[in-house]
Amino acid sequence: MNSKLSSEQVDKKKLRKVIAASSVGTLIEWYDFYIFGSLSVVIATKFFPSDNPTAAFLSTLATFAAGFVVRPFGALFFGRLGDLIGRKYTFMVTLLIMGFSTFAIGLIPGYETIGFLAPILVLILRLLQGLALGGEYGGAATYVAEHSEPGKRGYRTAWIQTTASLGLFISLLVILATKKSMSAEAFANFGWRIPFLISIVMVGISYFIRKNMDESPMFEKAKQEGKIVANPLKESFGKKLNFKFVLLALFGATMGQGVVWYTGQFYALSFLQKVANIEFEQSNYIIAASLAGGTGFFIFFGWLSDKIGRKAVMLTGMLLAICTYRPIYQAMYEAADVSLKTEVAGSKVIHTDYYMIPNSVDLKKTVKTEFSYTDGSKLTLEESSLTTIFPGKNPKKPEVKRIVHVGSSSFWLLILLVFIQVLYVTMVYGPIAAFLVEMFPTAIRYTSMSLPYHIGNGIFGGLLPAVATYLAAKASTANEVAVAAGQAIPYDKPYLEGLWYPIIIGGVCFVIGLLYVNGKDKEIND
Amino acid sequence: MNGIRQIFGIVWILLGLAAGYFLVFEQSLLLFEKGGMDNIVPAIIYTFILAPLLTGGMCVFGLYALQNEYKSND
Repeated sequence: MNSKLSSEQVDKKKLRKVIAASSVGTLIEWYDFYIFGSLSVVIATKFFPSDNPTAAFLSTLATFAAGFVVRPFGALFFGRLGDLIGRKYTFMVTLLIMGFSTFAIGLIPGYETIGFLAPILVLILRLLQGLALGGEYGGAATYVAEHSEPGKRGYRTAWIQTTASLGLFISLLVILATKKSMSAEAFANFGWRIPFLISIVMVGISYFIRKNMDESPMFEKAKQEGKIVANPLKESFGKKLNFKFVLLALFGATMGQGVVWYTGQFYALSFLQKVANIEFEQSNYIIAASLAGGTGFFIFFGWLSDKIGRKAVMLTGMLLAICTYRPIYQAMYEAADVSLKTEVAGSKVIHTDYYMIPNSVDLKKTVKTEFSYTDGSKLTLEESSLTTIFPGKNPKKPEVKRIVHVGSSSFWLLILLVFIQVLYVTMVYGPIAAFLVEMFPTAIRYTSMSLPYHIGNGIFGGLLPAVATYLAAKASTANEVAVAAGQAIPYDKPYLEGLWYPIIIGGVCFVIGLLYVNGKDKEIND
Repeated sequence: MNGIRQIFGIVWILLGLAAGYFLVFEQSLLLFEKGGMDNIVPAIIYTFILAPLLTGGMCVFGLYALQNEYKSND
């Protein structure tokens, strides 16, 4: 009796180590991947000057290629490797590639120092990051799932699922903390490199933790029994028996999960900053607070999926998301809409600054007009214009920036609204690793689950910001044309039009999932 | 239920074809015409990655559904 108990305790201890080693590494990979996105504005000024078309092209390529194209290739390359030589060694390689790429980005001299070599090096390293990420997730999820006992696979793998949100959360915290610790000028000069450079320390720690772990028991067993297939790619995608499940995983689960995830975590931030015009720091705090509140629910819904099934949890999250996105975003818009708030009488303050641009004849004039509202919100209209000190030359057209600082009640309301979206993310994303792992046999699991995951997230999810922004811009343009022509505007709320992309993709995925996904099978089938 | 799964196979094939048409003819061609790297890169991605993936994937998925490959015992 005692020896049995002791053996169980040892197993649990080992399982905790497996989960910790896998999760910490995956967390670091997500952190590395996100800091590039979060610092993209600074990176663009250092490596991709916008007035140079080739550099701008490389910048677009770095944004699109790493997020969309390369991740599925990483899934194929490392998935194949993981099914041939083992999960442990493969996801150690992806960790090292990611860590060194991130560290190296922090060391590259700017465009002004080494010219075109700078953006080319950044592009190569960003592509390596995408490749590594494509290989990492499937390895970590498979490794944990293959160590887990039946009936708890959803709960155990849900720890891996928390890492994507935590990676984003930590990247935001590190960037905000670095910014706070120095002047804006120092951050722009060298401070932005710090979040990249500290990654090497985290990767080093994670590497040594992972190094001491054993190979997955299921993979070891398959290897001993001679069940390792010579060509996992051919086996996964060349045989109808497996390929039909790859397609089902993509169209019945990961496609919808990808758009729900990107809407809740990335489009929400973009909407707060670009549509609601909420200031940079406050919008990041809103996202960070929502993520902090919601992350525990990955574990809860992973656990729940062990009890009531993966399908029920994931499809409920997807359905709730597609039904409530429009009212949620309408409420977010209204929470920051100062035209609905009461202005404090006599609160208008105007500041004017002049700044002589170095090495030029241009003078920058900035007029800041501030309005205060009874709920504590503030609106700043920042009008910047460039003029020349030589008389007779026409001043350039002024740019007007609108910055909203929301009051406390609106701030908390926005946290709640984003938190609800994060909750949907946890419902669709919490159980998905267990769901994918259970669809495929050990011999081709790493390859087969990685590809639909990265196509669903990288391509369908990754395209979301671009497509949603395009749809919203198209609606605004149509309204402007209608107004100019003296006709009625075709779109009542153009800022909500971008949401049709996640709603339609999520809707199709929901129907496919509902019709074709087996809601009963929760075992690993070989 | 298996009958509904089979019939919906036609829907997925049509949806795949419609998505491909929309992406190539309604989006990519316009973006190629506009020119500029900001338009050309997404147009290349729509034409050569997203459209084949959606059209090809959905059509094969629909075909498998029509062939009753996803039948269940429920």
